[in-house]
Amino acid sequence: MDTGAETVTGKDRYKAGVLEYRKMGYWVPDYEPKDTDMLALFRVTPQEGVDPIEAAAAVAGESSTATWTVVWTDRLTAAEKYRAKCYRVDPVPNAPGQYFAYIAYDLDLFEPGSIANLTASIIGNVFGFKPVRALRLEDMRIPVGYVKTFDGPPTGIVVERERLDKFGRPLLGATVKPKLGLSGRNYGRVVYEALKGGLDFTKDDENINSQPFMHWRDRFLYCMEAVNRAQAATGEIKGTYLNVTAATMEDMYERAEFAKELGSTIIMIDLVIGYTAIQSMSKWARKNDMILHLHRAGHSTYTRQKTHGVSFRVIAKWMRLAGVDHIHAGTIVGKLEGDPAATKGYYDICRERYNAQNLERGLFFDQDWVSTLPVMPVASGGIHAGQMHQLIHLLGEDVVLQFGGGTIGHPMGIAAGAEANRIALEAMILARNEGKDIMEEGPEILRAAARHSTPLKAALDVWKDVTFDYASTDTPDFVPTATPSF
Amino acid sequence: MPMRLTQGTFSFLPDLTDEQITAQVQYCLDQGWAVNIEFTDEPHPRNTYWEMWGHPMFDVADAAGVMLELAECRKVYGDRYIRLSAFDASPGWESMRLSFIVNRPAHEPGFRLERQEMAGRMMRYSTRSYAAEKPAGERYGDD
Repeated sequence: MDTGAETVTGKDRYKAGVLEYRKMGYWVPDYEPKDTDMLALFRVTPQEGVDPIEAAAAVAGESSTATWTVVWTDRLTAAEKYRAKCYRVDPVPNAPGQYFAYIAYDLDLFEPGSIANLTASIIGNVFGFKPVRALRLEDMRIPVGYVKTFDGPPTGIVVERERLDKFGRPLLGATVKPKLGLSGRNYGRVVYEALKGGLDFTKDDENINSQPFMHWRDRFLYCMEAVNRAQAATGEIKGTYLNVTAATMEDMYERAEFAKELGSTIIMIDLVIGYTAIQSMSKWARKNDMILHLHRAGHSTYTRQKTHGVSFRVIAKWMRLAGVDHIHAGTIVGKLEGDPAATKGYYDICRERYNAQNLERGLFFDQDWVSTLPVMPVASGGIHAGQMHQLIHLLGEDVVLQFGGGTIGHPMGIAAGAEANRIALEAMILARNEGKDIMEEGPEILRAAARHSTPLKAALDVWKDVTFDYASTDTPDFVPTATPSF
Repeated sequence: MPMRLTQGTFSFLPDLTDEQITAQVQYCLDQGWAVNIEFTDEPHPRNTYWEMWGHPMFDVADAAGVMLELAECRKVYGDRYIRLSAFDASPGWESMRLSFIVNRPAHEPGFRLERQEMAGRMMRYSTRSYAAEKPAGERYGDD
């Protein structure tokens, strides 16, 4: 790989015709990124016979100013400033034919406070570019100046806890199941039982919108009856994520307004509504003191495969900027894809004020979030009370643990399932705070708690051997061996 | 089935012994958090401001000091709800880190849900504490 800069300058640079990207000023190996630059790291897999440097320079070019041929109109602009500059290309460890390309973009390339504009530049055209066989956006460093142009999460972890009056433990939730077919009245029954039994939240699933079997208004009315009944039965604040995802913004605003009028503390949207709609709903949530839950519906279509697409860590960064309060970020131990180290990296992106570079967790850059509030990660999918010690150990305290099947599938009923989860959680937090090693003593702590809780005992018996032990496809590159899922 | 108020971090467990409370307090103090004692006779879920038993104990390093104050508070308000909360002043948090009930009235009367039916099946809900139907001071004990 020849890494020297071969930038053509002066009159020759603008001679009509085709010029290699690396010669057009998109490969600048001695460039020192400025603190104000947007940085992107791509995994580039060049086509057979394409020089990696030329492929990386092409990615820089096609995601900024370049087109396939030289254009003289560049000379009407401060073209050098607007050209993205690839400044480093490294072979990916243990992955022949793949290269990490570091690219710097001047801040003036981006409209303030717009995920749509940011993404139209960085992932707009370039992923279909023929000279690369595959391309993946692995990570981004968003400069502080750009971070500050976004409102960020409308509520944030601390204010959510204050509003719900719940401290010192993960929050507990469950997605109503079956996800399709329940009438509004039956659906509300599940919500009532789960909340009364001990959960903090219940949740609409991603594809519960307004179908023939249950229109949205009916669902909202029955769900809020259930929430209010459960609050009165327990004296605790309860919530249910009312999914306002709909075909148009007008529909979504109408549904959100109705949720607000009914006194809901939280609404929910799906990632598939798009970045602009997410930012609009974030502004609405901020204006109306509403917690905003985001279900990452659809993300695996572009986040899961390692060679092509966008890493979830980048989506998590965009969503923290766009401003959501909850985001599904993986369980490690549950049924859905999630390498432990990579998942911890996503949680860091959601929750920390400053992410230091941590290659083992897939964090390639230092990222300062300045005053952007943290996002509460949500762990959902195939988790149960018997894993409580692992969940708290791996995911920490500021997380929503969602036990859908693990609540509704309980042999003694939904309320008993909720109670089992809550007792397991409180017993484990109590023990951790007492200084016990919960990874070592977790199973015994659960068994001891089950001695005064028949529902917990039943949950431990039913799900004792359930694990989802598959190797992950999306793993960090900088670990000695691929981390097994556990 | 009697009502049990489940606010706070450990309400689903059997009432904590003083030994267990001491361990939680020491955990909070070891994190550098200030422990605060509050009590109320109005446990409505949105009654944020319970009465303070003095200031948060910013300068107490030993759980025994907190437990002495709790004992004093119980002597006066042992017929009411008492909770301990731990306050963390570090940047980016500046709020509570843990909050749990350490004393309950012998009888917990719970809450009534009131509904006001509106047009289009719209409903307005109000939650009322049965305890708060009596004037303040007459709600749980004889004081």
